[in-house]
Amino acid sequence: MDNLITRRRRGELWIGAVILVVLILLPLPIADAYTRNLIIISILFAGLAQAWNILGGYCGQISLGHSLYFGIGAYVSTLLFVRLGVPPLVGMFAGGLIGGLIALLVGWPCFRLSGHYYAIATVVVAEIGYLLFLNWDFVGGAMGVYIPFKGDSWVALQFRTQKLPYHYLVLAFATATWIAAWVIEGSRWGFSWRAVKDDVIAARSLGVRVFPSKMAAAAISGFFTGMGGAIYAQYVGYIDPDSTMNGQLAILIALPAVLGGVGTLWGPFLGAAVLTPLSELSRSYLGGSGRGVDLMLYGLVIVVVALARPAGLVSLFGIRRRPKGVADGSPA
Amino acid sequence: MLRLEDVSASYRGLRALQGVSLEVGKGEIVAVVGANGAGKSTLLKAISGQVATEGAIDFEGQDLRRIRPHQIARLGVNLVPEGRRLFPRLSVEDNLRLGAYAKRGDPDRFKPLDLVFSLFPRLQERLAQRAETLSGGEQQMLAIGRALMTQPRLLMLDEPSQGIMPRLVDDILAAIVRIRGLGVTILLVEQRLAEALEIADRAYVLQTGRVVMSGAARDIAGNADVRRAYLGI
Amino acid sequence: MTAMVFQVAIGGLLMGLIYALVAAGLSLIFGLMDIVNFAHGELMMLAMFAAFVIWQYAGLDPLMMLPIVAILLFGLGVLIYRGLIARALSVNFNRGMVQIFVTFGLAIFIRGAAQFVFGGEFKSINTGWLAGRTAEIAGVYLPLPQVAASFVCLAAFAGLLLISRTEFGRALEATREDRDAVALIGIDRDHIFALGWGLGAATVGVAGVMLAGFYYVAPNVGANFALIAYVTVALGGFGSLLGALVAGVLIGEVEAITAAVLEPSLKQVGVFGIYMIVLMVRPRGLFGKL
Repeated sequence: MDNLITRRRRGELWIGAVILVVLILLPLPIADAYTRNLIIISILFAGLAQAWNILGGYCGQISLGHSLYFGIGAYVSTLLFVRLGVPPLVGMFAGGLIGGLIALLVGWPCFRLSGHYYAIATVVVAEIGYLLFLNWDFVGGAMGVYIPFKGDSWVALQFRTQKLPYHYLVLAFATATWIAAWVIEGSRWGFSWRAVKDDVIAARSLGVRVFPSKMAAAAISGFFTGMGGAIYAQYVGYIDPDSTMNGQLAILIALPAVLGGVGTLWGPFLGAAVLTPLSELSRSYLGGSGRGVDLMLYGLVIVVVALARPAGLVSLFGIRRRPKGVADGSPA
Repeated sequence: MLRLEDVSASYRGLRALQGVSLEVGKGEIVAVVGANGAGKSTLLKAISGQVATEGAIDFEGQDLRRIRPHQIARLGVNLVPEGRRLFPRLSVEDNLRLGAYAKRGDPDRFKPLDLVFSLFPRLQERLAQRAETLSGGEQQMLAIGRALMTQPRLLMLDEPSQGIMPRLVDDILAAIVRIRGLGVTILLVEQRLAEALEIADRAYVLQTGRVVMSGAARDIAGNADVRRAYLGI
Repeated sequence: MTAMVFQVAIGGLLMGLIYALVAAGLSLIFGLMDIVNFAHGELMMLAMFAAFVIWQYAGLDPLMMLPIVAILLFGLGVLIYRGLIARALSVNFNRGMVQIFVTFGLAIFIRGAAQFVFGGEFKSINTGWLAGRTAEIAGVYLPLPQVAASFVCLAAFAGLLLISRTEFGRALEATREDRDAVALIGIDRDHIFALGWGLGAATVGVAGVMLAGFYYVAPNVGANFALIAYVTVALGGFGSLLGALVAGVLIGEVEAITAAVLEPSLKQVGVFGIYMIVLMVRPRGLFGKL
């Protein structure tokens, strides 16, 4: 049994390596900026969804407020760069750390809530953050912050015309989230978190310390989400509360993980590979002049996938992380 | 009236019934006995449509396996479930009246109330109380009362004596006999072997999901080997 | 000074009653079947557009069209349950998330559909019996459409209370307490759930019509009200009618006071702050049942 698991886990590493090589080579033959941008955004959201998955999937805490950590990360690295000249390559980690810290601060009160109470509390906390940033002049208020261009540089993570460096930056980010998820899956923590997810009371009786488990998951998840926000800020060169902290963003982060397959290694990536291009393409081809067709299509896809593939798109490939216990499948 | 043929069912991933065949005739009291985990409760759940089954479950010519649970209840096949499953925050009266909810439009639908009160006078004293405030025995009476309000033709009881003071067990068994006297067929699942076999006409002995013996209740009660081999007494 | 205090208090109360009714519909559905309807704001938005269309083409006053829109929304609620939610309930994997995201996808779809049909610009109902009128009592101004809306909200609450006293209301409560046991006494829980959705949608529909009498109508109007509704429901306690009423008024007042004392753009920060504080003390909300 143990052998089977280690063999499967090694197999996943191989699959990951192959996909990584494909993604490294992918942009080379693609010249046009639009497609490259699409791929970059998709990979960024793959990483963000994986970050969400660490808390929402493995630990079962459905956060609908990850936009907060994303925005915090974006603001921290940007302000460090603009005000203090700290290079974003460092600021990215600072953004991640503050994002993780904020996730701990949010978790402290919210993890005492369960189910829908928790989900709604996360929405509210994120909304408070959004409103505060909107009215806080020090961070640019509703006007946002422009990031001045100081020349192509890997330290400042700025490239005027090239997309390729950003491609490798987001790819490194997504790979880091994947490795984190892979390590967690095989660790004691992963075991504890899954126990918390399935049945809190049973988890306690197994000696799992529930609250610290949730906090650890939140910190890791918040860290990567904040990091993603910092990368995003450098990529677009301008941030404001609407583009980095909007409640809608929290859904865009969670959605690929949920529809791809929560609590799975590949679900968030698969979900992002399908949903992000769908959302971006439908917006550019159908969404012009605000006609709403893009939203209808997007909403429809969400509903259909959620109902037809409740275990996520990964189930199409026959990948089931583990047999489900009675927690989800109890008879009516 | 009720005929099960080669019925199998799984409950929580375990094969709880394996090829059970059983028959209940009109007006009978049939007892199903057996040790813990023998599949007795699953049997009743299968009949009332709460677990997926294979095989055939026929009630007066209708295949119950094709009918949704609430429609089975409307046919007159009613279960007083394990754990009673009352509506704890509703009053005793509301619990009883809801038993007749499916018969809205029938002016006589609350008539069985008289029967319930004559069987269990205590309930009448507690009408305004919340169901959750009743004692175990009273809750069992209320559960039976609620089932009677649906005007059942086949009443199934899952361990009616469970968690009840011994003195009240006799009351409840006596009530079951009286209910049969009114023409209601009874299928009774019990762990208390002696009491169940005393009021039953026929009995089935279940062990690990199979019927291992059936016959007149008196014969089974008198067979010491059966008791030792299958019932662990 | 006193007039100003009263003005703020009245303003909070009038808005708070609308919040309360929007929340009541949400709470009803949640309490019944443990599902948070993330398309709730969009149902309200649809009711507002229905009111707008009826006003534009038939010239009916919002008060007159209440029953029509309520029935339309009731039907829509039943349809949503039968078409989507019943399916979401029957999945046996990942049920909690499926429910959240099915209603979420529905919300996005409805918003897109409204934008497709009506366009994105703001609309408003600006003629009618009460439109634009105010009354003045001792220096306190009362916008009449909002006053009428408040009375309708109170009436709707009374209506919901009456329904809960009927036999159907008892069946709702029974289904809420034990959704599997009701089948044993011949109650079809799908039927009850569908009616519950209808009732919840009709409730928010009534709120939407009255809101349309004095508020702008646009595809994205629902989102903000929905957020406040979630907070109201969580604050009052999921499933509690009284909780929704008290919390709605409380939120209206806190919002009005924050706007007056601090700054209008921060009004919701006050609301969310109060919510967080209450949740710290009482995680189940003010009137939440366990």
